[in-house]
Amino acid sequence: MIYLRLFFEFFKIGLFAVGGGMATLPFLQRLGESTGWFDNQLITDMVAISESTPGPIGINMATYVGYNVAGFWGGFAATMGEVLPCVMLVILFSKFLDKLSGNKYLDYAFYGMRPAVTGLIAAAAVSIMQVSILNTELFKQTGSIADLADPKKIIFFVLIYLAIKKFKKHPVAYIAVSAVAGLVFAF
Amino acid sequence: MGFAQGPERMLRLKELFDIYLKFFKIGAVTFGGGYAMLPILRREIVEKEKWLSEEAVMDFYAISQSMPGIIAINVGSFIGYQRRKKLGAAAAALGVVSPCIIIITIIATCLSNFQDNVYVRHALSAVSVCVCALILDSIVAMWKKGVKDIFGMVVFAIMLVLMTFTETSPVLLVVLSAVCGIICKSLQERNKAKTEKGGNEK
Repeated sequence: MIYLRLFFEFFKIGLFAVGGGMATLPFLQRLGESTGWFDNQLITDMVAISESTPGPIGINMATYVGYNVAGFWGGFAATMGEVLPCVMLVILFSKFLDKLSGNKYLDYAFYGMRPAVTGLIAAAAVSIMQVSILNTELFKQTGSIADLADPKKIIFFVLIYLAIKKFKKHPVAYIAVSAVAGLVFAF
Repeated sequence: MGFAQGPERMLRLKELFDIYLKFFKIGAVTFGGGYAMLPILRREIVEKEKWLSEEAVMDFYAISQSMPGIIAINVGSFIGYQRRKKLGAAAAALGVVSPCIIIITIIATCLSNFQDNVYVRHALSAVSVCVCALILDSIVAMWKKGVKDIFGMVVFAIMLVLMTFTETSPVLLVVLSAVCGIICKSLQERNKAKTEKGGNEK
């Protein structure tokens, strides 16, 4: 039953993804690898769409992945699966709020989890870049450096990153500019 | 509570529906979730509805960042819980996600129809490069916030390697890193306490 499976997989993600929408990225990437439901190409489309539509990024990504795996009800099951542990935890936490806020061991756990999650996202980013910027698959077949890296994409990556650092606009602005650049320069 | 009848019950249902609608609206106008939600929450919940004080909203916000789950859903559920307990929390969470489900489903349907179009492919191909830059930007921001010492750098490196070269589940890695954090920080604190004590004795 694909809907139950989606619900369960996203329940796990909702429970263990600590630190905002992007933190679900490594979980989604591993999910795609282990089930074969989707590839890294879909993940970059997913991030782009999630960043440029209203709503929390983590939820948008869950709906998008679920929809692509099993249609509307797939998106519904994935989203509900991700939301349920959040609501359960909040209800639990609301009862013990005074004890929890400023709890020493909760802080200590986050001392370990924050760098860990950053590392996990970095790993997901590396594997996404292998598809989006470098073409490692083709490189493995031909062994020629020209096939590995498309200079156009590398230059574009550096330019966009510098622009993000400099202008600090909303992500949707960079995504729109990129889409136009992709059309003009035939990426 | 389960035995409420007639007008009282209608009132409760209406209150839940109000919570749902309020968060539906907030979900529909928040671009980017989590952090982007705060100004809208302040305007809708604190200033307009006066459901909670600004301090309470900020507190929920802080707790939501340091617990598992999607930040925007956590904040919404906390506020909903304050209004109408468990059902209120559920109503708020459902409100935030409803617009997402609608909008994303529409976009995903359109996109899957145009995906093979050569122009759409050109545009998406450049957008995916941009997505990498955006992810890199959030990694740098998270690094600045979360990696404060050698311990953090070591954990970062170990996780990067384990995630890239093994099939380990990220669930396991997150749990392990939490345990590591508790043990290492406890030891650090104990050592600090010891040296301070030793210093005082001298």
